[in-house]
Amino acid sequence: MASLTREETQALIQEVLEVYPDKAKKDRAKHLAVNDQSVEQSKKCIISNRKSQPGVMTIRGCAYAGSKGVVWGPIKDMVHISHGPVGCGAYSRAGRRNYYVGHTGVNTFGTMNFTSDFQEKDIVFGGDKKLDKLISEINELFPLVKGMSVQSECPIGLIGDDIEAVSKKKGKELEKPIVPVRCEGFRGVSQSLGHHIANDAIRDWVIGNRDGDNSFETGKYDVAVIGDYNIGGDAWASRILLEEMGLRVVAQWSGDGTLSEMELTPKVKLNLIHCYRSMNYISRFMEEKYGIPWMEYNFFGPTKIAESLRKIAAFFDETIQANAEKVIEKYTAEYEAVIAKYRPRLEGKKVMLYVGGLRPRHVIGAYEDLGMEVVGTGYEFAHNDDYDRTIKEMGDATLLYDDVTGYEFEEFVKKVKPDLIGSGIKEKYIFQKMGVPFRQMHSWDYSGPYHGYDGFAIFARDMDMTVNNPCWKSLQAPWQKPAEGEAEAIAASA
Amino acid sequence: MPNVMIRRNDDGGLLFYVAKKDMEETIASVETDTPEAWGGEVELTDGSRWYIDPISPPPEFPTTLRFKRAED
Repeated sequence: MASLTREETQALIQEVLEVYPDKAKKDRAKHLAVNDQSVEQSKKCIISNRKSQPGVMTIRGCAYAGSKGVVWGPIKDMVHISHGPVGCGAYSRAGRRNYYVGHTGVNTFGTMNFTSDFQEKDIVFGGDKKLDKLISEINELFPLVKGMSVQSECPIGLIGDDIEAVSKKKGKELEKPIVPVRCEGFRGVSQSLGHHIANDAIRDWVIGNRDGDNSFETGKYDVAVIGDYNIGGDAWASRILLEEMGLRVVAQWSGDGTLSEMELTPKVKLNLIHCYRSMNYISRFMEEKYGIPWMEYNFFGPTKIAESLRKIAAFFDETIQANAEKVIEKYTAEYEAVIAKYRPRLEGKKVMLYVGGLRPRHVIGAYEDLGMEVVGTGYEFAHNDDYDRTIKEMGDATLLYDDVTGYEFEEFVKKVKPDLIGSGIKEKYIFQKMGVPFRQMHSWDYSGPYHGYDGFAIFARDMDMTVNNPCWKSLQAPWQKPAEGEAEAIAASA
Repeated sequence: MPNVMIRRNDDGGLLFYVAKKDMEETIASVETDTPEAWGGEVELTDGSRWYIDPISPPPEFPTTLRFKRAED
């Protein structure tokens, strides 16, 4: 089926909006748009980062999810205390598959859940004493812990606990950084503010820790990988490419990262930022304070990887530039084989995406390398600057939807009829029951890595496995299918 | 009076970034841009105009400055 024209897409949006009451319709209309590559600024066609409408089914998370789940959580040698009632930490534990190396419970704590488990009396009398005791206990039980962060849940802000004072006191006592993070879930409209708060906490409590300490030997090829959370091993697949180029990766933020790596980041020559949305704040800060330039890169699919490697190499001298070409050449045979194998099976398939902060635009290149076409994309919690970057990546007259509601997404899928949907776990089973192939693109549907050349092979395999799975033909019960020859018989009798 | 971070983009132009508003615009023109001072009225590519008292000597970019909306 041919793609929709601009008018058809516009009509589709109008049709979907029809069911809303006037006020909600007016609001939602601003979040849905037809992509127009000639638009320079996204704010002219789409509004983002606004409070979701009450009563609609949104897919967003909270500030605590943005801070503990995304930015702080993967730092492996720190304990991240979910300060407040027990549920927030328990239900978000280890769901994001941020892989790391180490002995869990000895020197790394990534998949463990630490919580202050608030009870009624803590709400009434305050939980500072409990936090104080908890920090001492953790330090006693896990003496190799390098530091702690206190991730506030909603009640902490509501009852006004002074976690900063406790953190300062305990930090002095234990001589380890204890970082209070004010990421109460009710702050902001989505997890995006949580990223910002977490970045600010890193800025205030971590980044400056080694200012004036020159014992770290710096090199001229030092870089930091920022905003790669090592989901299914992503950061490792990216890191080897940079190392093969001759660069030294000093820090990984924050997948498989450590506290000391973060403290050393101000000493690098270049910050490479993958997830712009969640970590641009700290990169901008480091640029201002330490003069470290930063650049965005994209390691999804061979076209974008080659582009990014060349762009990164352009920051350095000829040796690195020559090495970049060598790396690209080295993997050429490998990725060409992948494309030769899967492209014929996937050519022309249509994809709709609805993910978080960077994937709705970053993975487009990877799909295009496989001959697939992204016909609709949207972000849960992006801001205008993300859409600025998306408009250029997407084809003309494709759908853009910001903070899409459950209803809108279903309707779009029914009309656009994509061959594959990439979104989160909450959408997965609805669409599978509708008979549409689905990949969970937040944590790669328990697969991965998808970054780098190694990741591309896995990405291609997974997409093929999903789209061409024989199960999609078996969704209709046999007795509901028209019997063989029946359709022709009806046609003949008419 | 937003806090604005001014930084150079890849082409050497100046970017005007307001974190609170997610606004990232290129600066089209600056009233005073001499070796002695930088500032005055700043016009962005989207047409909005901002004002800052000229700073002398000119600041090193990137840096964060407080701007006012220019009055017509």
